[in-house]
Amino acid sequence: MLILRCPYCGVSGEETEFHAGGEAHLKRFGPGSSDAEFEAYLFQRENPKGVHFERWRHVNGCGKWFHAARCTATLEVFGTYPAQSTEPPADLRKAISAKRPGWKWREFS
Amino acid sequence: MARRRYSVFALAREALRYHAGWERAWNSPAPKSRYDVIIIGAGGHGLATAYYLGKNFGITNVAVLEKGWLGGGNTGRNTTIIRSNYLQDPSAAIYEKARSLYETMSQDLNMNVMFSPRGVIMLAQTEHEVRGYQRTAHANSLQGVQTEFISPARVKQLVPIMNIDGPRYPVLGGLWQERGGTARHDAVAWGYARACSGMGMDIIQQCEVTGIRREGGKVTGVTTTRGDIGCSKLGIVVAGHSGVMAEKAGFRLPIESLALQALVSEPIKPCMDVVVMANTVHGYMSQSDKGEMVIGGGTDGFNNYTQRGSFHHIEETLRALVETFPVISRLKMLRQWGGIVDMTGDRSPIISKTPLGGCFVNCGWGTGGFKAIPGSGWAMAELIAKGEPGPLAAEFGLNRFAEGRFIDESVAAGVAH
Repeated sequence: MLILRCPYCGVSGEETEFHAGGEAHLKRFGPGSSDAEFEAYLFQRENPKGVHFERWRHVNGCGKWFHAARCTATLEVFGTYPAQSTEPPADLRKAISAKRPGWKWREFS
Repeated sequence: MARRRYSVFALAREALRYHAGWERAWNSPAPKSRYDVIIIGAGGHGLATAYYLGKNFGITNVAVLEKGWLGGGNTGRNTTIIRSNYLQDPSAAIYEKARSLYETMSQDLNMNVMFSPRGVIMLAQTEHEVRGYQRTAHANSLQGVQTEFISPARVKQLVPIMNIDGPRYPVLGGLWQERGGTARHDAVAWGYARACSGMGMDIIQQCEVTGIRREGGKVTGVTTTRGDIGCSKLGIVVAGHSGVMAEKAGFRLPIESLALQALVSEPIKPCMDVVVMANTVHGYMSQSDKGEMVIGGGTDGFNNYTQRGSFHHIEETLRALVETFPVISRLKMLRQWGGIVDMTGDRSPIISKTPLGGCFVNCGWGTGGFKAIPGSGWAMAELIAKGEPGPLAAEFGLNRFAEGRFIDESVAAGVAH
C-alpha cells in the first residue's frame, strides 16, 4: 500500500485516496512531427525497473493532478511535486541520487 | 537422450521397486560456449518456443536460460484459464491454435497436463456487455471458434451456486465456450522442459542474462551470471521484464509492467464445474481439482516490478464476487500472490522481429498469457527458424503501433483474462 502526499492540499493518504495516471513528463508530439516521434509519444514508455516519475490524481480529496517519484522495484515513494513542473525538482533529484547511487538520469523536456 | 516414457506400466514397475527408478525430468547442464538459438526465459512461452523449434524445424542446438527457476514467473502465478473467444481475427486464430494444441498436449508431451475442457462462461452483467458478447459470438462463428451467447437461465443451470438477480450486478447472459477450461500450469512448463531436454536442448536455470552482445547490428551472444554464451539467434521471452531486456538489446518496447494478483481459498466440496469470468467486476473464479476456489482479480494502476499488488484490489474483486456467489462469503483465503504482466497499448501480444538483427521478441501477453502458451511457442518458433513471421504471428509485429494496425482487445477482453 502506497502512502502519497498531495503537494497541493498537503494531505498524506494511502493509495485508495488517489488514482494513478501513468508516466509523467511525456513530451507531446502532434501534427508536423515524424511518424516515429508520434508513435513513441503514444506508445513508448520508460517502464523502468527503478525510479519512475508518474502522474497521480487526488481523486478522493482536492481532485488535483500532481507528480510523484516512486521506485517500481521496491514501491518506495521518494516524494511528490506539483504537476506544473517540467522536471523533478533539484532537491528530490539529489535525494534520489543519494538513495540510488548509479541511477542514470534521462533528459526531461 | 530419449526420456523413459511415462505410462501405467512405468508406474507399475516403479511401484514394485519403491519408486527408486524415476529419472530427473530434464537435465541441468553447464552452459556450452555457443548455441544456434538462445531463448531467454524458461516460462511456458519460452519453453514452448524451444519445443516447437525442435519439433517443427529440427533446430535442437538450443539453450533456454532462466534467471530464477523454471516456470516460477507468470507460468506459476496465473489462474490456468484456457479459452479462445476473442473478438479480432488475429487473436482468435492464435488463441484457438493454442487451445486446440492443449487438447492433445498430454499425449504430445507424454506428461499429464490435466487439460480440463470444462467450459468457460464470461458473464454479461451490463447491457454493453450483452451487446459486446453477442458481437463476439457472431465473430467467433465466422472465425470457426465454437462459442454461443446463452441466457441467464442457462447460466444458472450451468452454475447453480450463482446469484443471477443481484441488485448491482445482475446476470443478463453469458458468452459460453464449451471447450474452454483449465490445465495444470506447472505441468505445462515441466512437460515442455522434459520434451526439450529429451531433444538434447539445454535448460539452464539460475542463469541471469546481464547483457546482450551485438556486432554490426546483429546479435552475437549474451553475457550471463554463468559466463558469456554465443548464439546466432536470440529469442527474448521474459514477460514482465521485457522492457528491461529490450533496453539491454538497445531498443524500446511499447510495454508497461503492472502487478496482477490472484488468490485461492481453502478447499471445499465440488460446487462449480465450469470457469466463470465477470469482467465488469474484474473477477474470475474456478474450482481446482483440489477443491480450492481459484480467484483472479484486476491489475493495479501503476508500474510495478515487485510481484505484489495492493490489498484493496483483492478486496474489490471479492466484494463483487461475493454478491454473485453468496456461498463464498465465509470462505477463508489460503494464499495470495502477484505476477508482473507486460501490457501493450492494444492489449494484444507482440511476436516480432526487432531493430537488432537475429533478435526476436515475444511479449505483451499481459493478463492472459497462459492460455496462449502452445500457440505462442508455435508462432515464435516459426519466426525464429525462418526469420520472418508466419501467418499466426504476422499481425502481431512491433510495426503495428507505427502503422496504426491495432488488434484492439482492450474493450472486448483486456481487463480480466
